[in-house]
Amino acid sequence: MPNYRINKTEYIDETKRVSFKYDGKTYFGYEGDTLASALLANGIHLVGRSFKYHRPRGIVSCGAEEPNAICQIGSKKDLTEPNVRATELELYEGLEASSQNCWPNVKFDIGGINNFISPLIPAGFYYKTFMWPKSFWKKVYEPLIRLSAGLGKSPTEPDPDIYDHKHVHYDVLVIGGGVSGIIAAKMAAKNNLKTLLVDDKKILGGSTIYQNNENIKIDDKLSSEWLKNEIQEIKKLSNLTIKTRTSIAAYHGYNFLLAKENLTDHLPEEKKKNKIRQRLWKIRAKKVVISTGSIERPLVFNNNDRPGILLSNSINKYLDYYGVTCGENIILFTNNDSAYETSISLHKKGIKNLIIDLRKSASSELIKQAESLGIKIYFNHVVTNTFGYRKINSLEIMKLSEDGNTTVGDKIKLSCDCLGMSGGWTPMVHMHTQSGGKLDFRDDDQVFLPKENSEDQISVGSCNGDFDLENIIDKTVNKINKFLYINNQDYKDTKIICSKENDKRNIWLLPNKIPLGKTKCFIDFQNDSTAKDIKLALKEGFRSIEHVKRYTTTGMATDQGKLSNMHALGIIADTAGVKMGSLGTTTFRPPFTPLTFGTLVGRNVGKFFEVVRKTSMHEWHVENNAEFENVGQWKRPWYYPKNGENMHDAVQRESKAARDSAGILDASTLGKIDIQGTDASEFLNRVYTNAWSKLAIGKCRYGLMLNEDGMVYDDGVTTRISENHYLMTTTTGGASNVLSKLEDYLQTEWPELDVYLTSVTDHYSTASICGPNSKKILNKLFPNLDLSDENFPHMSFKEDKLKNINCRIMRISFTGELSYEINIESKYGHSLWKMCLEAGKEFNLTPYGTETMHLLRAEKGFIIVGQDTDGTMTPSDLQMDWIVSKKKYDFIGKRSLYRSDTIREDRKQLVGLLTDDPKEILEEGAQIVSDVKSKPIDMLGHVTSSYFSPNLNKSIALAVVRSGKTMKGQKLIIPMENKNINVTVSDTIFLDKENKRLNA
Amino acid sequence: MFLINCPFCGERDQSEFSSGGEAHIVRPKQPTELSDDEWAEYLFMRKNIKGIQFERWNHVHGCRKWFNVVRDTSNDKILSVYKMGEKPPVNYK
Ligand SMILES: [Zn+2]
Repeated sequence: MPNYRINKTEYIDETKRVSFKYDGKTYFGYEGDTLASALLANGIHLVGRSFKYHRPRGIVSCGAEEPNAICQIGSKKDLTEPNVRATELELYEGLEASSQNCWPNVKFDIGGINNFISPLIPAGFYYKTFMWPKSFWKKVYEPLIRLSAGLGKSPTEPDPDIYDHKHVHYDVLVIGGGVSGIIAAKMAAKNNLKTLLVDDKKILGGSTIYQNNENIKIDDKLSSEWLKNEIQEIKKLSNLTIKTRTSIAAYHGYNFLLAKENLTDHLPEEKKKNKIRQRLWKIRAKKVVISTGSIERPLVFNNNDRPGILLSNSINKYLDYYGVTCGENIILFTNNDSAYETSISLHKKGIKNLIIDLRKSASSELIKQAESLGIKIYFNHVVTNTFGYRKINSLEIMKLSEDGNTTVGDKIKLSCDCLGMSGGWTPMVHMHTQSGGKLDFRDDDQVFLPKENSEDQISVGSCNGDFDLENIIDKTVNKINKFLYINNQDYKDTKIICSKENDKRNIWLLPNKIPLGKTKCFIDFQNDSTAKDIKLALKEGFRSIEHVKRYTTTGMATDQGKLSNMHALGIIADTAGVKMGSLGTTTFRPPFTPLTFGTLVGRNVGKFFEVVRKTSMHEWHVENNAEFENVGQWKRPWYYPKNGENMHDAVQRESKAARDSAGILDASTLGKIDIQGTDASEFLNRVYTNAWSKLAIGKCRYGLMLNEDGMVYDDGVTTRISENHYLMTTTTGGASNVLSKLEDYLQTEWPELDVYLTSVTDHYSTASICGPNSKKILNKLFPNLDLSDENFPHMSFKEDKLKNINCRIMRISFTGELSYEINIESKYGHSLWKMCLEAGKEFNLTPYGTETMHLLRAEKGFIIVGQDTDGTMTPSDLQMDWIVSKKKYDFIGKRSLYRSDTIREDRKQLVGLLTDDPKEILEEGAQIVSDVKSKPIDMLGHVTSSYFSPNLNKSIALAVVRSGKTMKGQKLIIPMENKNINVTVSDTIFLDKENKRLNA
Repeated sequence: MFLINCPFCGERDQSEFSSGGEAHIVRPKQPTELSDDEWAEYLFMRKNIKGIQFERWNHVHGCRKWFNVVRDTSNDKILSVYKMGEKPPVNYK
């Protein structure tokens, strides 16, 4: 097996050998490696196939910008993870990874054929080709695309890992631990500011930490040595927290940031167990320093995507940090000084290399050093082609014309096994723009830079376009002093020798004798878009960068165009003849690098997914086999199946029992608002449609509440407990909104009213007993209470004790039966419930759930707000004009009841529906028409509630129908998928119109 | 995620609050005297400004108090916070 590990470094522990599997084969690396460095050490460059043409692709970079080395980790159904960048994945014993996007395997695959038919796959290919015939999409195109382009596999079982969330507050957050970040963090922390420094890598130091060129020195030390000292220093600072392996995912307004901390991804399987895998930090920082650095740009030339072609600086990092050389005969192709650092490093380790420089000449100290070492430099030359299928083996270069637009002279062919490219540097302005910051374009070196720094956010270092070392330290110190209002002089005497210069020769699309149509000059490696595609999009009329991006899919892969956006923009600007700065950039959206769902969700999984509210009777319901329904956050018993009953049978039995003898409902979830104050009656007058002043103490009244637009908002029964004390009930789902709305009016419109509102929903448990035998059951529970109609009539309230515990008893009914609601302090709810059942045993007291409750009230034509209403129904639409006071001068929504729209007679109105076939049950939501033949069919309304009534032995329904009030007796049609159902419009009250049962 | 300085509780995360739309729209004292158009003006018409906007917020998961906020909708900066019934700060008019 070849070994490309040629260098000993302090970051690789050669005493700790690590075995791992890649595409099923076992390899070895060392602790400290990433998967990418370990693969390169084994001579493996080819790591995948490109998305569209299935061209062989190799590792390009050493960081988050990596477009090609994307892999699937693990193979377990619950733990596998796609789209992991091999350049960021730290190696651990037992790691199993496989290349993505290369079915059936990386060395040979069917999609490779696309490479030969590529003239047929231009920009907008997917839009143009797979559009028709439409029927082909689902069965032919989509499966084909998915199979041949498979971008990784999602896990198919729940994630067993543990994730965590943490909320923190800091004075200063520093993002990125390179030279400028370390300086900023030190200055802040030494000035007594509580500071957090985060860096996505395993160790701090950025790219300076492995810098070893003696021409780049700080305080007479190698810059890397100087930086290591600084890191030792800051680790001692007590108010500085340093988090490595932590990357900022999103930067929101108000300096609220999300960071992902990796805790166990680098550990072997057995050490991961029972540990938190990742932690999401929710950071609030008073001030944020962005020092995210910059990433090297590739160059755009023909066949620039072969395995073995990497970014020049990455070759340097693999060598000096990981000890791995990417080849034995390396060519560096550059337009600036930074490739010379790589070249000199390689030379020192005995790796043969030469340089092709786009510039006509250059004369920095660094270049002189390279020249003196005898490194061959081809100035004013350009790479025009590369060769080699699975790995580069040679390339052609030509001389550039004076203006740089064409090539001149003869081709020179050079052999190599690796090509490093450097097109200059792109400042990582993602964080700045995510926070809402704008960008400026600097023409000198063609970079977008943060336009302005706000009072609470600043960019320093190369992400701010300050590229060379002298500038970075000097400018960082000045900016941070101003930004934090401090005067730190630690770096005043720091001496810097930097032999690099900043000049470069920027050409976005490099010239070539071959017509563009016959070249493959890749811009976006992951989505396979080329310079040709961009030009075609422009030819077809696309101008906006956002449109070109979507049409060509440039920058839309999982790397979000970290390497490609600038080139796409540059080529558009050059082609359209406009200034690049005037084009603007595409939007950088969070997350910066992909986040797992697990991290976002944290501990809120399984039973912690959502808040659950349970009544004090809940355990009894569970023990008695109840099926539950979610109503808001509440778990309400839906029905209680007995002896294997299905839902229909259970509901029919419960409904019948409630009317024949007695039923009991857990009504604890109804919203309860305690209203007190000398103006309580006046307040109720203003919020309900009906009058309240004359309600006697000890009496109850049903109320309808509207929105100011006149539409029904909520309803419920309110009881006058004493002169200035009421208890309001609301719908279960509406409770908190009603309270907010009432507070709104009290605090903002009527602050003069002496009224106090308190939510007491959870303070009381409620058992509602209904049916002809309910009075007998009540009598057993409360033997001293006079239950006669004279003393305790319908819509009245009494207090009594149940074994010394106070109870509030309301004689009110939502079923049309004689009915009592017993309220007791919540902690006694469970006992109350059991005592009721015990007392009701001899009367077959039957517990019923929400479904039966809905059925029973529908028999009586009582509405449910939110089921029979949808925010567009007035009281009149509901045929409830009787509850709207004509005498009251004002109440919420009154004025809207006679707007031109609300008095229209052809509004949708609530009606009853009876099916011609009494056994036919309508579907709730079904549309209602009068004529199925005319086209388009005129839709009149829809069914809102529908049940089979066991008490009437027929199907009943409520519906809203246009002009329904005038349609009683009329025939309508419910068209269903396979039949039309005939119905007749009826009254909304189906049972006991005379309300005899209330006093039965 | 805004940080909102509730005038009763101090700075809290936005998730504790709910927004109540434009501020200083007074409910007419005599709605019945209004024409449909005048009532609709009160009921439906809102400025929805890009720039400095006066709006109402409710500390719904806190003290339950309603209060007023001056916010620049173009950058979400909250410029001022004041209680119900208090006069809006004049420098933002
Ligand atoms: Zn508050």
